[in-house]
Amino acid sequence: MTQAPATNPVVVELKDVHKRFGANHVLKGVSFAIPKGQVVAIIGKSGSGKSTALRCIDRLEIIDSGTIEVCGHAVHDPAIDLRRLRQDVGIVFQSYNLFPHLTVEQNITLAPRAVKGLSGADALAIAERTLRQVGLADKAQAYPEQLSGGQQQRVAIARSLAMEPQVMLFDEVTSALDPQLTGEVLRVIEQLAQGGMTMVLVTHEMEFAARVADTIIYMHEGKVWETGPGQMLREPQTPELRDFLSHGL
Amino acid sequence: MVDGGLNLHHLQFLAVGALWTVCLSLIAFVGGGIAGGAIALCRISPLKPLRWLTIAWIQIIQGTPLLVVLFVCYFGLSIMGLELPGLVAASIAMIIYVSAYLGEIWRGCIEAVPRTQWEAAECLALSRWQRMRLVVLPQALRIATPPTVGFMVQIVKNTSLASIVGFVELVRAGQLINNSTFQPFLVYLIIAAVYFAMCYPLSVWSRRLEQRLHFGQRAAAP
Ligand SMILES: Nc1ncnc2c1ncn2[C@@H]1O[C@H](COP(=O)(O)OP(=O)(O)OP(=O)(O)O)[C@@H](O)[C@H]1O
Ligand SMILES: [Mg+2]
Repeated sequence: MTQAPATNPVVVELKDVHKRFGANHVLKGVSFAIPKGQVVAIIGKSGSGKSTALRCIDRLEIIDSGTIEVCGHAVHDPAIDLRRLRQDVGIVFQSYNLFPHLTVEQNITLAPRAVKGLSGADALAIAERTLRQVGLADKAQAYPEQLSGGQQQRVAIARSLAMEPQVMLFDEVTSALDPQLTGEVLRVIEQLAQGGMTMVLVTHEMEFAARVADTIIYMHEGKVWETGPGQMLREPQTPELRDFLSHGL
Repeated sequence: MVDGGLNLHHLQFLAVGALWTVCLSLIAFVGGGIAGGAIALCRISPLKPLRWLTIAWIQIIQGTPLLVVLFVCYFGLSIMGLELPGLVAASIAMIIYVSAYLGEIWRGCIEAVPRTQWEAAECLALSRWQRMRLVVLPQALRIATPPTVGFMVQIVKNTSLASIVGFVELVRAGQLINNSTFQPFLVYLIIAAVYFAMCYPLSVWSRRLEQRLHFGQRAAAP
């Protein structure tokens, strides 16, 4: 689809990243680079380290060795300015994690006001724009619990977008949704891709990954096992990927 | 004196005592609440020494009878040359006692807010204090209301200990009346009824709040 030229500057780069949880060696030398505007889909079996890799990019997990550069921030550096990193990186989880005590609008305006110091009016304008982007302009005054899962997930995306990040990370954002609701969330992500947003998607939606992603990364046992364009899913090179694709998740 | 000695004057005296019980309860709740809030925050602070200090404080107070805390405040401070009136000593003791319990209750409520809420706020670049103030505390507050109101019952009942250092609250008022009327059963029955009248509404309120929380209803959306 919108093939971003590989000559674009690299926004996210992992080099030989290792991560252990106690004795559990979860990431065993993961390396990949994402040029600006590219969409990368990470697929792989449960427990292969997809979420961990994603969380390391936003420094929600601290890596044991290797380097991670994100938008010019050295994520592996203990002296990193976390608040600046997180203004450049948006992340959306499987469990929407909206703030239940705030309306949709307040959920979205909270960070722009508190972090960027925007005025109430400016923040509201952003909320309006991002809600339109995810097709929920009419839900500004609703509370999260009054929305369907798909709607909540779209609000979570709008909330992230409101900070105007350089990169968006999505961790199985449709896994908790039934098929109809999955569609509405995937459409929003697809629109973002068309708009040129740099994105990393951890997903089990193979068709979607093949269609939207510029690059697919297949992770297996904590390693990048196979990388390629969407075509890769039709012509897997390794027996592990072939196995994964034929047996499903 | 009509009807064995208990007269209107005595009842008035009891009413004033009851008023002081309410007063001491309020002082204990407000003062203990402020101190307890600080303790709850220190208890989950990233600074280890601060955490240890508050844990020690909580353990010491929770492991000591309130009566002893009261004596320490009353007699201890008077040895140090601070001659405290009963109300002040009782207030200090109650605030110390309430701070340790409310601090611990509220810490539990803050920690009951799911980790994912902290994380979501962190991912939006909110500072630690902003996360606490804008995301976690408002949710913790809802969780905290039923047990806090429930604990107010304990506060009201425990103010009765202040009678021992001579502070004339409800129980002390009863003792004084009893000294002249010699009708302990009647007097203490009345006192029991007054305490019940103060505490029962609180426990009903607490239970209601708890039910509302369980059914996940929000207090009137704006
Ligand atoms: N916070 C943690 N503490 C300890 N172990 C963890 C933690 N997070 C993940 N793990 C372990 O790391 C391994 C990889 O987990 P991860 O969540 O990255 O897998 P995944 O590829 O995202 O799987 P899934 O498809 O099920 O989401 C698992 O064995 C998991 O138990
Ligand atoms: Mg995962």
